Amino acid sequence: MNYQLTDEQTMLLDSLRAFLDEQVYPYEAEADRAGEVPEELGNQIKAKAIEMGFYAANLPESVGGGGLDYTTMGLVERELGKASYGLAGHIARPTELLLACEGNQINNYLTPCVTGEKHEAFALTEPGAGSDIMSMTTKAVKDGDDYIIDGYKHFISTPCLPDFAIVFAITGIDETSRGPRKRITAFLVDRGEKGFDISLGPLCVSQRAYRTYQLSFDNCRVSKDQILGEEGNGLDLANKWLSMGRVWVGAQSCGKMERLLKMATEWAATREQFGKPIGHFQGTSFKLANMATELQASDLLVMHACKKADQGSMTPDDAAMAKLFASEALGRAADDTVQIFGGMGLMEELPVERLWRDARIERIWDGTSEIQRHIIARSLLRPFET
Amino acid sequence: MERVLVGLKRVVDYNVRVRIRSDGSGVETDGVKMSINPFDEIALEEALRMKERGEANEVVVVSIGGSECQQQLRTGLAMGADRAILVETAESVNPLTGARIFLELIKREAAELVLLGKQAIDDDNNQTGQMLAALWGRPQATFASRIELNGSTAKVTREVDVGLETIEVDLPAVITTDLRLNEPRYVKLPDIMKAKKKPLDQIPVADLAVESAASITAVTFEPPEQRQKGIIVKDVAELVAALKDKGLV
Ligand SMILES: Cc1cc2nc3c(=O)[nH]c(=O)nc-3n(C[C@H](O)[C@H](O)[C@H](O)COP(=O)(O)OP(=O)(O)OC[C@H]3O[C@@H](n4cnc5c(N)ncnc54)[C@H](O)[C@@H]3O)c2cc1C
Repeated sequence: MNYQLTDEQTMLLDSLRAFLDEQVYPYEAEADRAGEVPEELGNQIKAKAIEMGFYAANLPESVGGGGLDYTTMGLVERELGKASYGLAGHIARPTELLLACEGNQINNYLTPCVTGEKHEAFALTEPGAGSDIMSMTTKAVKDGDDYIIDGYKHFISTPCLPDFAIVFAITGIDETSRGPRKRITAFLVDRGEKGFDISLGPLCVSQRAYRTYQLSFDNCRVSKDQILGEEGNGLDLANKWLSMGRVWVGAQSCGKMERLLKMATEWAATREQFGKPIGHFQGTSFKLANMATELQASDLLVMHACKKADQGSMTPDDAAMAKLFASEALGRAADDTVQIFGGMGLMEELPVERLWRDARIERIWDGTSEIQRHIIARSLLRPFET
Repeated sequence: MERVLVGLKRVVDYNVRVRIRSDGSGVETDGVKMSINPFDEIALEEALRMKERGEANEVVVVSIGGSECQQQLRTGLAMGADRAILVETAESVNPLTGARIFLELIKREAAELVLLGKQAIDDDNNQTGQMLAALWGRPQATFASRIELNGSTAKVTREVDVGLETIEVDLPAVITTDLRLNEPRYVKLPDIMKAKKKPLDQIPVADLAVESAASITAVTFEPPEQRQKGIIVKDVAELVAALKDKGLV
């Protein structure tokens, strides 16, 4: 496998780094402290990202996107992962689920997400259904040509108030040989639709400026034309893209690890105690060595998954391994970086404490570490099942 | 004007802390981030603005060096240059040789303006533009912080020791750029894709039949001595005492 960057990838990353240096990093501390991104700032980042062609770089050129392959997108996600998501989220990578849009849905949802006129939310999780998605209770009952949605979603995160949500709801029960199984369907539901309420969720200590929303549906009537994909295939649709989302979490974790390692190394080389730089003490230097090694291992797992995705051969466990290892390595790197910085590692004056908090979410969203291990273990054991 | 030539030199990125190779044979470039010389990037930006204002039809970027220089040329193409020329050589190129090579390209391309950085941040020679103007027998305007084209002449504001000096030169001419001339644009994603399809000619240096002016041989490289830790003195008396102590006054 060739991990050498192409000239195009090098140029793209140079340009993206310069963009983040100018448009994003200077505002991180402020946004984190405020627990929000001022609308004007968000719009400014978005406008600049559109101008630079970074916006929707993940989607195919045929729908107006940047047309990057998965490998290049992995490099982009790695770079964006270094920055605070509340800000970097305004350089949108609309969910690939939207590629399932058909007919009017293309003009109403897919295209505006590519041009930056609309922002989507991906609404799967419920208070009673986190890791166990099948325990969801939000339902959509058919009524003529419409569906009536009732239920509640939480932890739905977007960089700004979403214009519409891709909402997963139960539309029936299938009797299978292994017992009853819920039919889950994805709906496109506009903000402002009667019976659909969006409210800001609680502050999260990890990625404070990247807010979550609570969506409640009370007798919310939507046309059957709002179904994304087909009735009953919502989870297949979601699963098709969920794996890639996990690889992106892995890539973002690598970016963050690189940022931490750089700070930790500089600190270890310059902070002196007992008459020498603390990096001269093995207790510190071995932490750096571990971080660097785990970063390289994580990068390889992520790149491996990306290359396979480009070849169309990535498996769910390729994605799970990349996410699991990189996010856990990031957790260790963040903790070690705080340790290397000592008391300063916990002070708001430096970005270390923020990165340490921000790192924590990566082991939880897009499937917890435990769920990733389940996915990997299941694929190992499946051949032995009768 | 039909054509502007812009020189793009590949140098160690200005953010990188430069290190000497352990054998003292030169500056470490293995695994080191390389970029377009910042002054050259400014020269290209200026040429692109001339093109956008309709003052120039074509912007051609030129680099002299190994095939790895293609990376910087591609960046130049992505910024908006129309064409690139790589003069291939494995030798290190000193200012006079560089100027001779540019002179050959000027003839081939019938260039009416050559925009170069005032110097490259690696060797800091600040000679190529001046030598080229002399060889070409055309005017030079160095350290430009403002350029205004008026048909067959260019009004150039130069950053000189005593302040700003404005001169007018007849075209064709060589202009070298200073830091404050402009702020180069960032490369946009769609332009990176377009750059792939723009022509990049590779010319072996031998084809240009220029005489190499290599007259200096670098024997060994050494890093400058590490700076000693400073001390903070309370007042002038203590400062004078400390200087006396070191035998400096
Ligand atoms: C900031 C933030 C943003 C989010 N954004 C979105 C979003 O945009 N859209 C969306 O749909 N969701 C989103 N989520 C939800 C996220 O995907 C869930 O939090 C995650 O899937 C875990 O669900 P849970 O929090 O309910 O934890 P639970 O499922 O309750 O898990 C609690 C613990 O139990 C463990 N556990 C559960 N089941 C098992 C098992 N079978 N074996 C072993 N251990 C198990 C888990 O690993 C975990 O350690 C977001 C969450 C957060 C915090």
